[in-house]
Amino acid sequence: MAIDREQLLHVAHLARLELREEEVERLEGQLNDILEAVSKVSELDLSDVPPTSHPLEVVNVWADDEPRPCLPVVEALANAPEREGDFFKVPPGGAG
Amino acid sequence: MIDTLRLTAEEAKRLLEAGEISGAELFAAYRAAIDERDPELHCYLHVCDDPAGDGLPIAVKDVIGTKGIPTTAGSKILEGYLPVYDSTVVERLKAHGLRILGKTNTDEFAMGSSTENSAYGPSHNPWDPARVPGGSGGGSAAAVSGGLAPWALGSDTGGSIKQPSALCGNVGLRPTYGTVSRYGIVALASSLDQVGPVARTVRDCAFLYSIIAGRDECDSTTVELPQPVELPQDDDLRGVRVGVPKELNEAEGIEPGVGEAVHAAIAKLEALGAEVGECSLPLSVEYGMACYYLVMPAEASSNLARYDGVRYGYRADATERLEMYKQTREEGFGDEPKRRIMVGTYALSAGYYDAYYGQAQKVRTVIKREHDALFETFDALVSPTSPTVAFPLGARTADPIAMYLSDLLTIPSCMAGLPGLNVPCGLSEGLPVGLQLIGPQFAENTLFRIGHALEQAIGFDPVPERLR
Repeated sequence: MAIDREQLLHVAHLARLELREEEVERLEGQLNDILEAVSKVSELDLSDVPPTSHPLEVVNVWADDEPRPCLPVVEALANAPEREGDFFKVPPGGAG
Repeated sequence: MIDTLRLTAEEAKRLLEAGEISGAELFAAYRAAIDERDPELHCYLHVCDDPAGDGLPIAVKDVIGTKGIPTTAGSKILEGYLPVYDSTVVERLKAHGLRILGKTNTDEFAMGSSTENSAYGPSHNPWDPARVPGGSGGGSAAAVSGGLAPWALGSDTGGSIKQPSALCGNVGLRPTYGTVSRYGIVALASSLDQVGPVARTVRDCAFLYSIIAGRDECDSTTVELPQPVELPQDDDLRGVRVGVPKELNEAEGIEPGVGEAVHAAIAKLEALGAEVGECSLPLSVEYGMACYYLVMPAEASSNLARYDGVRYGYRADATERLEMYKQTREEGFGDEPKRRIMVGTYALSAGYYDAYYGQAQKVRTVIKREHDALFETFDALVSPTSPTVAFPLGARTADPIAMYLSDLLTIPSCMAGLPGLNVPCGLSEGLPVGLQLIGPQFAENTLFRIGHALEQAIGFDPVPERLR
């Protein structure tokens, strides 16, 4: 499977990356090399093999729903690029 | 006079407890060594002055969150970020009185094998500053080998503790998945990431592991250790069964000098009484890289979605929100995170999920089963850690796949969630060669025992020749 320029720009949009033209050109070649290398996984017939998403055989870990202190608002906002009152402030916009 | 190049953490602790040196003197000695050699080695992204505590100094990789101390993960997108809380591992260091010397350099978001992907410039190998220290935790490994810290914390996703330890000639442990908390760590690939110790001796490595390991209610993937950590003492390996996987020891690209040093070390294991036998991991090595370079970027693309310019980190100027997200990420991330975000987003996108990420997770099961089967016969496996000794700066930066192959031998066991210990085993071309010991899950004590006995038998001098 190869990735073309149109797909690459679509993926960049999904990933919220505004790639420069020179990056698009460079990435097209590199991504295709990488995808070719990783496509090796498709050589194996693994229809009967279950997937591993986690290396330990642990099950759900439940915790009692007890209130504990959390970050004070002033600390939660301490690294904000922009804020207004007790809120993170962002530029206006529609989709996204 | 404190010789920071030779002093082990164990000896430093003894001197402190005996009152022969003070914590302040010890800290000052390392700070002086940093002032002297870090301009050349660039191990640190931030150096601390007079932190709290009365114990040993320690260096901490910059993906590990430290309250009030800059934590950048080697990325411009986190420049100036000051965590408002400590990661659990740092809390545990502080509870032991350990004093943070500073934050060590890393490839951006721990993505790399040389530190050359750091947005703040590469670190240099103390054995030869024209060469890389390995990565991503090259700053921690170079700091320990260069005498700029007695020990350090690193983090490992596919080899980022073991490979730099191999290239710098020290001891590094990637612990069993789930034994060390990741709370407060900058995440790369959550089903793989582990925090672990880097030290100059196996005993120091084991001791630091005992400080950081164990269940943390803030990280629900963690478990309590089934047995307490034992500091290794025996020089005798009778009854220990060590497997030599053919594919990990004969892989294409292993330098002859690396192969020879590891062979000689395996002969030493036999001389120490271990039963050594050949074995095989046919699919794990052949398919490990492809599997890893799907799972890791997929998880990374998801984890790095949080860097959007809203809550912390860099924000680009833009008048509209979607544009702000895109410009922030375009300007804030370097080439390697962008590459992996793109691969991961593609591998997870509609129509490709089953063929890529889904299939890679099944390969992961195959890798885990292959390793599990070997541990019915063997207590540990042995191979080179890195196919090569430290390579020159710039040698692999133009070719991402050549850089990825640096982790060929460490990746399979990481995919299986297994612990691995790098132990220096000799020199090739005047540069350190590292051997990795891989064990079943929670077998750290076995790895420490074998590693310690081997360390004593080999007598490797961890001080770089040019600094002796």
